[in-house]
Amino acid sequence: MESIESILEFNKTCVSYTKNTMAVKYVSAEIEKNSITAIMGPSGCGKSSLLRAVNLMHELYPNIKVEGEILLNGKNILSMNPIEVRRRIGMVFQRPTPFPTMSIQENVLAGFTLNGLRLDKYQREEIVENTLKSVSLWDEVKDVLNKKGTFLSGGQQQRLCIARALALKPDVLLMDEPTSALDPIATKHIEELLTELQKEVTILIVTHNMGQAKRISKRSMFMYLGELVEYDLTETMFSTPKDERTKEYLTGRMG
Amino acid sequence: MSDKIFKTILFLTASMIPLICGGIVYALVTDAYQAFEYFGFFKFLTSSEWSYTEGNEQYGAMPFITGTLMTTLLALLFCIPFSLPVALFTGEYFKGTKIASILSTIVDLLAGIPSIIYGLWGFFTLRPIIMALNISPQGSSILTASLVLAIMIVPYAASLSAEFIKMVPNDLKESAYSLGSTRAEVVRRVIFPVAGSGIFSSYILAIGRALGETMTVTMLIGNTNAIPDSITSTGNSMASIIANQFGEADGLRLSSLIAIGLILFLITATINMIGKIMIKHSRI
Repeated sequence: MESIESILEFNKTCVSYTKNTMAVKYVSAEIEKNSITAIMGPSGCGKSSLLRAVNLMHELYPNIKVEGEILLNGKNILSMNPIEVRRRIGMVFQRPTPFPTMSIQENVLAGFTLNGLRLDKYQREEIVENTLKSVSLWDEVKDVLNKKGTFLSGGQQQRLCIARALALKPDVLLMDEPTSALDPIATKHIEELLTELQKEVTILIVTHNMGQAKRISKRSMFMYLGELVEYDLTETMFSTPKDERTKEYLTGRMG
Repeated sequence: MSDKIFKTILFLTASMIPLICGGIVYALVTDAYQAFEYFGFFKFLTSSEWSYTEGNEQYGAMPFITGTLMTTLLALLFCIPFSLPVALFTGEYFKGTKIASILSTIVDLLAGIPSIIYGLWGFFTLRPIIMALNISPQGSSILTASLVLAIMIVPYAASLSAEFIKMVPNDLKESAYSLGSTRAEVVRRVIFPVAGSGIFSSYILAIGRALGETMTVTMLIGNTNAIPDSITSTGNSMASIIANQFGEADGLRLSSLIAIGLILFLITATINMIGKIMIKHSRI
């Protein structure tokens, strides 16, 4: 693979849930800055485990061990303070998770309130408007900013969650099958949005929808049983997969 | 066929419950009627006299309503600083660990201790301390009763609120963590607000339990039939006045005691209903 301007680098990253079973086995890969990289693979292949290692989500669960290195701009995340890492690496989950007790506006600003960062009224309005515009939700919600986020449709809620993650201006946005709970139209919206957003933020997206990976990602990883089987430009991988397992997965014989 | 018989038996047994409940209400109302008729409903509620001089009997529920409300609210106040941390401990911080399950077992055990034992402990251990501290001369007081009452309702408030704290969806908590939030902030800004109405309702149900608690209160409240002028003075709750006097009462006095019982029943039923409704409408 040609050399790339990387922002994130996995170096022999391993994730294990119990002593003897590794969910992710020695994954090494460089993630290109300001692009979309997809992680594909059948259920249980370790793709979510790998993603959640990046923002140190595993540290919430004492049984889970992450080994190796994950470098963010050359610095090993695994030895950094998780709170600082998570402020710089946002995450969007499978199901939309707006905070049910907060209004739309409060949801966008949740990253600041939860970190105890104070903003004045002007800053708040600016962040809310700009962030909601960047996820193309502003026009739909600008008159109901004080309503609860849970009143929105699923697709709108997910865009609100993307906005909430983006408000902190992260370097990397992790997405764990962000459209699997959405209908095709909402999915299309999100995909278009991600294509736009990659100008500002590096996106690492887990998907088990091959079509999605093909449509939006520049590079793709294929994982199987915890191993990174193949990592290449998406176009190359879909037209000429090098590994037999990738080929089987992409042609639908495995999955 | 046997299915039909089984269904009939089930139906008959189940319909006993509303019947018994209705019977209790009916008995309370008919027996309390004499007191309400003699004094007038609102006069009875608001009067603070309780004298059984023959020929000039005066009965009013106010001292006991006050006593009950004071002990209950104080107990609630004392209970929160213990039950809330226990709920957080078992429902969030140490959720699923061995130490949490040991703690919740002990908490449940507390709920199973007969109230007479709490009463004895309060009478022989806590009361001398209150006396030694010069808080109240005989050691019996609204405060003494409330302290023991608080310990008694901790298990109810703690285990129910822990359930609501546990029910806060994990991905919601993870979302907050993914924004760089500390655990304390997640608790304060996500877990408490989301589980809030559930936690609130568990305290309402704990209140419902404290309102009717009889034995402990009777042993510790001092049994004075007047409106208590401070939390260190003696008093009587609605339940304790009934327990104290039902054996020797007849006629108008007995009817007045039963009227107090009816009022207590109505208050408790209302409080429990509010709690149940809140649980139904809780955000989780």
